Amino acid sequence: MRNNLIVSGSPHIHKQESVCRIMWTVVLSTIPAGIAGVIIFGLDALWVTLVAVIAAVLTEAVFEILSKKKITVMDGSAVITGILLAYNLPSNVPLWLPIVGAVFSIAIGKQVFGGLGQNIFNPALVGRVFLMASWPKYMTTFIKPFSYDAITSATPLAALKEGKILEHISYLDLFLGKRGGCIGEVCILALLIGAAILLYKGYISWHIPATYIFTTAIFTYIFGARQLFHGDWLFHILSGGLILGAFFMATDYVATPLTAKGQIIFGTGCGLLTAVIRLWGGYPEGASYAILMMNAATPFIDRYTKNRIYGSR
Amino acid sequence: MRNLIKEFTKGIIKENPTFVLILGLCPTLAVSVSVANGIGMGIAATFVLLGSSIIVSLIRDFIPGKIRIPCYIVIIATFVTIAELCMKAYSPALDRALGIYVPLIVVNCMVLGRAEAFACKNNLSRSFFDGLGMGIGFTLALILISAIREFLGSGQILGHTLFQGFHPVFVFGMPSGALLVIGLLLGFFNLLKDKKT
Repeated sequence: MRNNLIVSGSPHIHKQESVCRIMWTVVLSTIPAGIAGVIIFGLDALWVTLVAVIAAVLTEAVFEILSKKKITVMDGSAVITGILLAYNLPSNVPLWLPIVGAVFSIAIGKQVFGGLGQNIFNPALVGRVFLMASWPKYMTTFIKPFSYDAITSATPLAALKEGKILEHISYLDLFLGKRGGCIGEVCILALLIGAAILLYKGYISWHIPATYIFTTAIFTYIFGARQLFHGDWLFHILSGGLILGAFFMATDYVATPLTAKGQIIFGTGCGLLTAVIRLWGGYPEGASYAILMMNAATPFIDRYTKNRIYGSR
Repeated sequence: MRNLIKEFTKGIIKENPTFVLILGLCPTLAVSVSVANGIGMGIAATFVLLGSSIIVSLIRDFIPGKIRIPCYIVIIATFVTIAELCMKAYSPALDRALGIYVPLIVVNCMVLGRAEAFACKNNLSRSFFDGLGMGIGFTLALILISAIREFLGSGQILGHTLFQGFHPVFVFGMPSGALLVIGLLLGFFNLLKDKKT
């Protein structure tokens, strides 16, 4: 009875959450989009994803063995990097491409900076941009949905960039993912299911995704057509990697601002850059570059949006 | 004599201008796309470094301290002009490939740095070997970086294709690839240095 009074340092209230648990929940939340990708593009999509995940996990393990650090493969963060990288690839890439991309993501994008929690950029996007700059041919050849073979088709955004008319794609097709594109980005419905899990569990807040999508919509509505205020904003939301980027990549804990105010600035910046790249840039899609650029700006955003410490002036 | 050898060898490994002193990165980043460019730039920079080190060390007692930097620049610019005109005359292709980066050797901080940090305080023979060692160290570093970049970026070394079926990694032919390679090599050499101590 005497030992009932235990003196210990804070924190006193513990939650069951841990890095491990959050990461595996994020993995779970990405699975609907993966299933949709496999249904739309065939088993190739599954192989690309599996190869990327295995390569990412092995790279992380090898790197940590070589640098004699604690092996953190089981926390699931490398698995997510592999999945998100694969979701940003077309389904018909040669299988060495996801391997190279995953190795680059983990080695250069993450471990070089010191591993989980230290990376300044989203590792999966680093891998994607590396692949995009190195082998643009493979990265921009997409197969037609539900054809399951080598019939190529342009993504809606690429077609738009080339000035083709897209009358045969309805908003419903875009929403369900019946279009050319990367494995994980096409099915908006599946992505929203995953995002709902994350939002419900409180693992991501609404600030970044909402401001990101809203800014892109507003901007493309104003400047998206020849006439001001006639842009097809719904098309811009539903096509490209915007939804995947907004919910799964721009919400990376490590490389995004900490405060709500900072996250709103971050999301707005992402939306602005994405719209600018889409409308006037050289590439048809700019979500990955927009997020990486805002990742680079994150330390500054954090510096200027510090929360006031209670009681201080 | 041993002293002179030390001055010569320090520029190659212990005080390598690119990997240890991190001087002269501008030409290193810009021209290291191919080994041929790297060698050309290395030789040009070595020539300028050697010439300016000799002259600066010879007239170091006559240069007033307040205007020493303009004096160095004039001396360096003289040698750069010689190098540039020679390159234009004997190797126009290399001159076109290196472009503006040959005249820019004038403001290369490695050349100016050796004049300021070494040649103006040491006698002729020591300055000569210091300049030669630094120049060779710079050239070797350039060759190393450009060999990695040329192989990965185009699958070739000195214009010869090494492997069939190799898919070149275009990014290494771009400026971002130069930053990647230099960053990784710097990390690697720092790792070796840490291991030694």
